[in-house]
Amino acid sequence: MLYRESGQFKTSYAADQQLFPILQDRIGVLTLLAVALVAVPLLASDYWLTAILIPFLVFALAALGLNILTGYAGQLSLGTAAFMAVGAFAAYNFQLRIPGIPILVSFALGGLTSAAVGVLFGLPSLRIKGFYLAVATLAAQFFIPWLLVKVSWFSNNSSSGVITAQPVEILGFVFDTPVRKYLFVLVVVAVMALAAKNMVRSAIGRAWMAVRDMDVAAEVIGIRIMQTKLIAFAVSSFYCGVAGALYAYAYLGSVEPDGFNLDLSFRILFMIIIGGVGSIMGSFLGAAFITLLPIFLDIVLTDGAIWLGLNLPSGTTSMAQLVVFGALIIFFLIVEPLGLARLWQIAKEKLRLWPFPH
Amino acid sequence: MEHEHNTGRRIGGTFLSVENISLAFGGVKALTDISFDVREHEIRAIIGPNGAGKSSMLNCINGVYRPQQGTIRFDGQAFQQMDPHKAASMGIARTFQNIALFKGMSVLDNMMTGRSLKMHTNLFLQALYVGPNRREELEHRQKVEHIIDFLQIESVRKTPVGRLPYGVQKRVELGRALAAEPRLLLLDEPMAGMNIEEKQDMCRFILDVNDEFGTTIVLIEHDMGVVMDVSDRVVVLDYGKKIGDGTPAEVRANQAVIDAYLGVAH
Ligand SMILES: Nc1ncnc2c1ncn2[C@@H]1O[C@H](COP(=O)(O)OP(=O)(O)OP(=O)(O)O)[C@@H](O)[C@H]1O
Ligand SMILES: [Mg+2]
Repeated sequence: MLYRESGQFKTSYAADQQLFPILQDRIGVLTLLAVALVAVPLLASDYWLTAILIPFLVFALAALGLNILTGYAGQLSLGTAAFMAVGAFAAYNFQLRIPGIPILVSFALGGLTSAAVGVLFGLPSLRIKGFYLAVATLAAQFFIPWLLVKVSWFSNNSSSGVITAQPVEILGFVFDTPVRKYLFVLVVVAVMALAAKNMVRSAIGRAWMAVRDMDVAAEVIGIRIMQTKLIAFAVSSFYCGVAGALYAYAYLGSVEPDGFNLDLSFRILFMIIIGGVGSIMGSFLGAAFITLLPIFLDIVLTDGAIWLGLNLPSGTTSMAQLVVFGALIIFFLIVEPLGLARLWQIAKEKLRLWPFPH
Repeated sequence: MEHEHNTGRRIGGTFLSVENISLAFGGVKALTDISFDVREHEIRAIIGPNGAGKSSMLNCINGVYRPQQGTIRFDGQAFQQMDPHKAASMGIARTFQNIALFKGMSVLDNMMTGRSLKMHTNLFLQALYVGPNRREELEHRQKVEHIIDFLQIESVRKTPVGRLPYGVQKRVELGRALAAEPRLLLLDEPMAGMNIEEKQDMCRFILDVNDEFGTTIVLIEHDMGVVMDVSDRVVVLDYGKKIGDGTPAEVRANQAVIDAYLGVAH
């Protein structure tokens, strides 16, 4: 079917304000959901589920959280992994210390704890911007994992702060197999992505973007700058916190504070740069790209080496990965700052007019 | 540009008055002891050479700048220093000399943002996009669409404003201010940099806003022709001091004003 909106006349603003006003988009999203919910669990191998799809979804959620703060509200943060750590460790402690607490409640409380910590580290944003703010969030990135190791209460006195996630059980149903874990993560991420999409097309989303684009004008309109920024920190950290909990409970099973390091924060930042700053879909595209790239490179390099009869030293793949990452990030920063999501949008605009260019 | 609107009848009492306003940036005296008033439903122009303090005056009125001395009286309340949020909530909206739109947002979203103070659903309902939030979005969309029709920018409503030509951006910025349904509209050089047709359109819009909605307007403009055509009364500033105040005809005959403008191409 052609990607056209001709013939699809909106007769009311309500129709125009739907989530996906164009029919083909609606069909596309529904198909994608059906594939993710039905086909993937039936067809994907355990390796694909545990090593690719689950981390992809978890990272997409973290990228979404960062994108709310950086892409929509314009506040640069290098503390994403720290906020994930807060979510993971808080959820763990709620599960551990409150007997019988439902797991989803622990996750939500983990998210809220992270939101509170996010607001705390967001306070400097009221006075400083850009580079200096990034440095302030970097403080969170170093302080929080340090604190989690230092105060062994957080990890129930385990050595070097390692926590082992409790089983995920909802109403007696245990999410223990890869397929079940995958479905659990998928539902949480899909619901939260929908909520994010709704926020960015409502008043709060417009306030975030207004503060990002022109804060003086926003203030003159009556938007409270401080409140708007702090809400962005709270919502963003909530998303990162839940992503952190999923990271521990559905992906790795056991995590340590040092796993939530600056590397991870940068990885998530790269996801939104490549995927698209200020785009919900971009968060997913970026996460997919960065999760799949190493696997793709590995296949290409290994097979390529065999085909060429070369004997590559070990570590070549990870080296190649860094080089490709670096090149791509520079490419996107210079050529297409709005990332893959923008390229996708341009493709759609072209398609809408195809085969006539004007 | 004909002077078509009949002012005399509809102009009301004093709506805004600035009294003995002084503002300095370090050693630079941007405004010295400025006083004037604006009546309800009036179009009041502020003119003066570059650097005279015109923009600074608007910035004091809606609290972007805080004058060191003086009082601003608006709608019966007196303020030593206005606060931007307070100004907005009392019905003051404005445009900027250098367009201050939200570049990454569409025309529609820019204008919806203009209605921020009128939207009240909480974050949770916004995340769910149900009930009150959906209704609120729809209701405000309808209001904004009226303004889009009025300004004849229907065809670009979904376009990010950064991609629009300058003249259209100026129009959108007026639209964003109008979206707030202001009682006092501050326009900082709304026609600067426009060609003749764009200027004529903009004049038409300003007069129509004043006529149809009764909005009181304070307007900074360099083009004397425009000022003579649209304004009821004019304040003249020069080097931060007030050197003239009156009807366009009075101001044009004022020797101090003529002197200030001598040698300056306007
Ligand atoms: N934020 C500021 N910081 C320092 N000085 C300022 C600031 N804003 C204005 N000024 C100074 O105040 C004086 C008046 O400036 P203002 O912008 O109000 O003039 P204007 O009449 O609007 O001029 P123009 O016609 O060029 O827009 C100028 O000398 C200007 O340099
Ligand atoms: Mg000025």
